[in-house]
Amino acid sequence: MIPRPHVDWFALAPVNSLLAATGLALLCAVLAPARSRKAVTATLCGLGYATALGFAVALYVKSAHGHGVVVDAFRRDRLAELTAIIVAGSGILATAVSYRERWREDHIGEYYALLAASGAGMVFFVGANNLLTLFLALEWFSICLYILCAIDRDRLSGLEAALKYLVIGGFGSAVLLFGAALVYGATGSIDFPGIAAAGHEHDALLLFGLAMLIAGLAFKASAAPFHMWTPDVYEGAPTPLTAYMAAATKTVALVVMLRILVTAFPGDAYVWTRALAVIAVCSLVIGNYAALVQKGVKRMLAYSSISHAGFMLIAVATGSSLGARALLYYLVPYAAMSIGSFAVVAARERELGVPVTFANMAGFGWERPVLGISMWAFLLGFAGFPLTGGFIGKFYVFAAAYRHGWTWLVIVGVLATLVSLYYYLGLVRAMFMRRSEDLQLAAGTDARAEPARPLGGATSGAISGGSPPRDALLQTAVVACLVVTVGSFFAVQPLIDLAKHAASSLPF
Amino acid sequence: MTTALIVLPLAAALVIWVLPLNDVSAGALALLAALAEVGVWIQLAARYDFGPGGLQFAQQRNWFSDLHVSYHVGVYGFSVWLTGLTVIVMAAAIAYGFWAGRDRLRAYLGLMLFLTGAVVGVFTAQDLLLFYAFFEAMMIPLYVLVGVWGGPGRLGATLKFVLFTMAGSLLMLASIVVYGLSQNTFDLVKIGQSSSNWVFLGFVAAFAIKAPLFPLHGWLPDAYRESSPEVAAILSGVVSKAAAYGFLRIAVTKFPEPTQHYRAPILALAAIGLIYGSLLAFRAPDIRGVIAYSSLAQMGLITMGVFSVNDLGLDGSVLQMVNHGLVSATLFLLAGMVERRTLTGQLSRLGGMARGRPVLATVLLTTGVIALAVPLSSAFAGEFLILAGVFRHGWAWSVVGAVAIVLAAAYVLRLVSAILHRDIGPSVSDAALDLRPAELGVVVPMLACLLALSAWPAAITQHSFRGDRPQADVAEGFK
Repeated sequence: MIPRPHVDWFALAPVNSLLAATGLALLCAVLAPARSRKAVTATLCGLGYATALGFAVALYVKSAHGHGVVVDAFRRDRLAELTAIIVAGSGILATAVSYRERWREDHIGEYYALLAASGAGMVFFVGANNLLTLFLALEWFSICLYILCAIDRDRLSGLEAALKYLVIGGFGSAVLLFGAALVYGATGSIDFPGIAAAGHEHDALLLFGLAMLIAGLAFKASAAPFHMWTPDVYEGAPTPLTAYMAAATKTVALVVMLRILVTAFPGDAYVWTRALAVIAVCSLVIGNYAALVQKGVKRMLAYSSISHAGFMLIAVATGSSLGARALLYYLVPYAAMSIGSFAVVAARERELGVPVTFANMAGFGWERPVLGISMWAFLLGFAGFPLTGGFIGKFYVFAAAYRHGWTWLVIVGVLATLVSLYYYLGLVRAMFMRRSEDLQLAAGTDARAEPARPLGGATSGAISGGSPPRDALLQTAVVACLVVTVGSFFAVQPLIDLAKHAASSLPF
Repeated sequence: MTTALIVLPLAAALVIWVLPLNDVSAGALALLAALAEVGVWIQLAARYDFGPGGLQFAQQRNWFSDLHVSYHVGVYGFSVWLTGLTVIVMAAAIAYGFWAGRDRLRAYLGLMLFLTGAVVGVFTAQDLLLFYAFFEAMMIPLYVLVGVWGGPGRLGATLKFVLFTMAGSLLMLASIVVYGLSQNTFDLVKIGQSSSNWVFLGFVAAFAIKAPLFPLHGWLPDAYRESSPEVAAILSGVVSKAAAYGFLRIAVTKFPEPTQHYRAPILALAAIGLIYGSLLAFRAPDIRGVIAYSSLAQMGLITMGVFSVNDLGLDGSVLQMVNHGLVSATLFLLAGMVERRTLTGQLSRLGGMARGRPVLATVLLTTGVIALAVPLSSAFAGEFLILAGVFRHGWAWSVVGAVAIVLAAAYVLRLVSAILHRDIGPSVSDAALDLRPAELGVVVPMLACLLALSAWPAAITQHSFRGDRPQADVAEGFK
């Protein structure tokens, strides 16, 4: 008889609660009456994330000394739990934002089930402690996201996005898997500490494998030059899902990159720090310059997320404890700003029924002051203005780069921030300084725009006049994001303490 | 006390934004908050002990400890005067905005109060990162104040303004990171002096753009022309002083060697700006243009005083910061009042307004006379001290400055006569009334402060630095 490994069920509780939510939601998708299906499955999804959040917090408190569980395939440490907290928080907010999305609701049960399942995959991903679980978890959440992109079958761009994401994401996964195979070939070990112990420097096979691992993860983090899918997928996917992907996928990809590089490849630090610095600079340059010329708000935010991947990669690239703290701190306001800004875009999209461009954001800030001011705060946060956590995040990243002796990288980051002001403030300008009478609602001004279609049945929203639909859930989610964005500027010490403890689970 | 001075306007701004008040009560509340802020400042100035001087009313709380950043605020003698300038000018601007009845008054006045808090924060922050945070926080309301409530060309003006100033600020951020981490503290009181030229230049770039110094003044004419008169008053009266304060508090104090090294080029740029600004002010076709370019000139003069780094120059520059702040704010508000009556700022369409409008004529002429630094005026005292201070570094600098004072007389008199005297301009009708009591209530307090300073300029010059020894105080880094 094969001996059964000891399983620390508590360590897996966040994953399992999300999986339970998935299962129940799938059941309800079939059993619950069509009328209440959306409410029931969305509640289950939200509850699943909330439970996962609770377990992650408990685990964070009780895992001061990180250790491997389930034959060392999975790490139970504060790094994994802090990331799980961010993912679960993003999941709750994304559920709230999704609720009133106007789409065909014949697969709404599956939507929430898959949303929970992808969260489970991500939480598992950040705890992965060997190459096999890493790849397994990566595919787990990626497949969920591929389906989620295409779930609104009326949305042609969603189908296109899903196909692109599937092909390119599949390619990225394949690269990662190939890299994993090469690393195993070079070291004879698949678990991270084992690779570190066995790895010899200047081993071409190992370095090649390392490069492919980095490339595979950079695909998921949408860092240039592995970013090609990002603008199309972010633009085409249903907006609440874009919000979730921008916040959660990027978070886990960056954290896992940090973990695998620091744990498994400490001996090759001289290679990967430089490689990541180059990727970071590419992301900053490409993300910012491409964002400058965008007309669609979602595409602009997609490119901005590429440039933010660059900023956070600077932190990873330093390979230091300060860098890890910078990354983990930065992720908190970044996730909140991403979800919040895409949620505002979703709200505007529901009002207008057409893709949101800079031109049709005109006057939005005065019409919907809560959403407008929140969006203003998110954009200022992206641009790194004070009174938002984005400022402290950038400051920490620059500090980490300087401590590592990369003053030039500080300069690059500063210049990138300067360029980014143009498009962030351009959107603020559109929202507050242009009058809504200037609004161009005619579809077709943008070649990519889809024709306006009647949404949500008979009514076609604000186009026919009247006040925009009230959406208390979305509004609450946006305000919660605002609180995190601004609050993280003031409560730096507690967040940094959290990040410090999380970073201490890595062998710096 | 210092924290109260920062938090009071910020809290008032939040209250005004959140409460669904009508315009009148929102305006009254904002005005009340602004006056309360003046009251708090009077308390602070009265309790500040000018005898020993130095840092007082200091408060320090941890912000994040691993990089040694803290919330550290406090006031020096010169900060007392600069915060005083801020609260008075801001109160006047808020009162005028309320009286003029801007659109969306709640948002407008809330932003003004927010700006007050940010500027006071700049003058009182004793931590580099906190200083930067306030310095940037000024930009947020200014961007909207110019961009939403400005004139027809406001969008271009804000874009230029933001890109110029942010380019400087971000260079400063890079400098702050390098400087603070290399000294292992961000505390402005504790941090040691540095001899790094690059770090120094990063700070100087930020302040030189904000001030602005020639040739970095590209944003200035548009921003001052397109914004509403009270915002222009704040920009030239208060915000530009944040830059001069930065020169004084950080650039020359923390970087003595680079200051020495770059003194000649910086003095040269300031002198060019002084002459060039004066000439442009003399040629400007509209009221705002005259004041805007005179502001460029005056900031050049103040920068010369700061970079002379001796007793006379430093005293003079602090005095001149307050003088110019009050003068240009008053002039911009008066410009707004004239424009409100005639619907134009073009000097060619104005004229003859003194006839039948004695109050306007008196107020404008008095302000103008102080602006052109007539002997016995406080501006004369300030400019004289600066010229005497800069004389120590070479007589030529003083000659340039003296020429500029003559030019100042020329452009101020041209402005005054183009508005008040000559024939009645095509845009001036009999329906344009004299100044109303409310308008007088806005400008007269500032004018009164100027007259008081003219009577006793030593109030500032002898009460700004510890032991009235500015050079030694700066050399010790305001310990």
